[in-house]
Amino acid sequence: MKNLFNSASLAFGLVMLSVGLVMAATTLAFGYELSGNVSAEGTIFTSDAIHPEQENSSVSLALAPELYHEWESGSALTFAPYVRLDNTDPERTHFDIRELNYLLLGETWELRLGVGKVFWGTTEFVHLVDIVNQTDFVEGIDGEDKLGQPMLHLALVNDWGVIDMFALPYFRERTFPGPEGRLRFGLKVDTDHPVYESADEEHHTDYAFRYSHYIGVLDFGVSYFTGTGREPTFLPGTDSGGQPVLIPFYELIDQTGVDLQVVAGQWLLKLEGIQRTGQGEDFMALTGGFEYTFTGLGGSAVNLGVIGEWAYDDRGEEATTPNEDDIMAAIRIAFNDPSGSEVLEGMTLDTDSSAQIISVEASRRFGSSVKASLEAYAFVDLPIDDPLYSMRGDDFVSLEIAYYF
Amino acid sequence: MLTLFSLLQPLSAVAGTADEKGLAIAREADSRNDGFGDFAANMTMILKNRHGQESVREMRVQTLEVKGDGDKSLSIFDTPRDIKGTAFLNFTHKAGDDDQWLYLPALKRVKRISSRNKSGSFMGSEFAYEEFASQEVEKYTYRWIRNETYGDKECFVVEFYPVDSKNSGYTRMVNWIDKDEYRTWKVKYYDRKDSLLKTLIVSDFSVYLDKYWRAHQMNMVNHQNGKSTTLTWTDYTFRTGLSDGDFSKNSLARAR
Repeated sequence: MKNLFNSASLAFGLVMLSVGLVMAATTLAFGYELSGNVSAEGTIFTSDAIHPEQENSSVSLALAPELYHEWESGSALTFAPYVRLDNTDPERTHFDIRELNYLLLGETWELRLGVGKVFWGTTEFVHLVDIVNQTDFVEGIDGEDKLGQPMLHLALVNDWGVIDMFALPYFRERTFPGPEGRLRFGLKVDTDHPVYESADEEHHTDYAFRYSHYIGVLDFGVSYFTGTGREPTFLPGTDSGGQPVLIPFYELIDQTGVDLQVVAGQWLLKLEGIQRTGQGEDFMALTGGFEYTFTGLGGSAVNLGVIGEWAYDDRGEEATTPNEDDIMAAIRIAFNDPSGSEVLEGMTLDTDSSAQIISVEASRRFGSSVKASLEAYAFVDLPIDDPLYSMRGDDFVSLEIAYYF
Repeated sequence: MLTLFSLLQPLSAVAGTADEKGLAIAREADSRNDGFGDFAANMTMILKNRHGQESVREMRVQTLEVKGDGDKSLSIFDTPRDIKGTAFLNFTHKAGDDDQWLYLPALKRVKRISSRNKSGSFMGSEFAYEEFASQEVEKYTYRWIRNETYGDKECFVVEFYPVDSKNSGYTRMVNWIDKDEYRTWKVKYYDRKDSLLKTLIVSDFSVYLDKYWRAHQMNMVNHQNGKSTTLTWTDYTFRTGLSDGDFSKNSLARAR
């Protein structure tokens, strides 16, 4: 708790600053559009914490405003700051600029300058090819939350597909929960002292390219990235107090990626693959699977989606991800009611150890601006050599209420 | 006598069998919409449950006419706020499945989706996806049933039978189409068991560019679940200069 108030007051200052900026801009420049959400989240962990500095529950607030202006030409300015306050983990209390970019629009091209976000890929569980933005891991363990990435992004739109070119002049470190946070590794990740292979450290300019197109039922992309890898290797080290810590080491890598999806009636077939050099031995990783939707269950409006995926990493036990040979399955129920109710049940099974992660997410809207989301995770039979072993006691239930404006 | 009588009928209604006559009416209605180029409009959707409770969705729709194939359309959602920025891109095809993509703004993700969910509810409303796809002549077979007065309009009553009967939610749709301008005023939808499922009442038509009729009110009542949905269309603008480039995965991802 000791760091909470400093971080909290800093974050609070940043919130006030961003709110102030947003309001000032809205007032000054009529025609700017303000939207976003503010949310409160409460989490209860069902088992007592393994580490003495951890708590058994946490409360968190987040603000995600977005200011947007579009000119007649289609060019646009987007500003989307983000702040989260967490009462237990100072590392989770954080501020980020998710987006602050200017989009210049031509007839057959788009140029985006500033902090932005892009997504590449087709699968639902493991996102192998999606490499431009860093994962904001303190936000959630599913890895879907991303940090804003400074970029110069040129997209050339042709009849024969889209070419995206990125220059990424500044590297964002992955966020990790602190010692007080749950859902963390056994040792503290020393995010204050990352190590880079590049002498330019976080100022190394990375480059990324992607060609994507669709032909009939097939959507596909081929991508290449060269620069500082987003996924660190951990080096054993000690902090200033002599305690053992994990030091994130960011190597210079080259990664080629392929992603594709085929629509076959109600089936979606998906595949992503990467080949990476520069992080240990060269390796290859694959993920793929299917999604099938049963529509209008029993004459109702309810849709039931079944997702089955598999993830493979040819480094096996040496993989820097927990998905070296896993099977994932999920059921998605969309009730198609006015409140937009949805339930997603997921399971990840490690085929080597039979370790499992089971999750349930349910959400619905109340009125026109409030959304409630309930999330529960269980970690089952994690063996001692599993990268997620330290989360074995971190089963949790979390409720988030978000107000959208 | 027969010839004289025929001359008094609109050209398209002359055809021989009821099926040929139905097809001719559908073709004429379609051809009267030819050449619109593109249009943009705002749409408010009011969902009402059987207790009368309402919920509102607002969206903007852009449509591009495609010569020789189905139209392209882009729908951008403004409310409810939690789905603001979600966008839906649809390429209708005269034959085979449509191509559809959904943009999820929170993830910045463009996702290709299956277009087989024709009978599925659009945004929780009583409208199905198949009502939102552009209506192409080739998507149905037809039969003229009778002529009937609807309101103060002389109408053809024509049954539409979906060609893709496996994925459509309907065995047939009975359409009331007026003889003057070939506008659809009323549709009765029969489910796969051929029971009456829904009735659509269309009203408040205006003509644009002296030729293209567009309705501003569409009220769909579901007789089986007691729910209804009203669509109100406003701010129609035609030939706004939209082109293919405005209906791509890239434009979907930057749609606001």
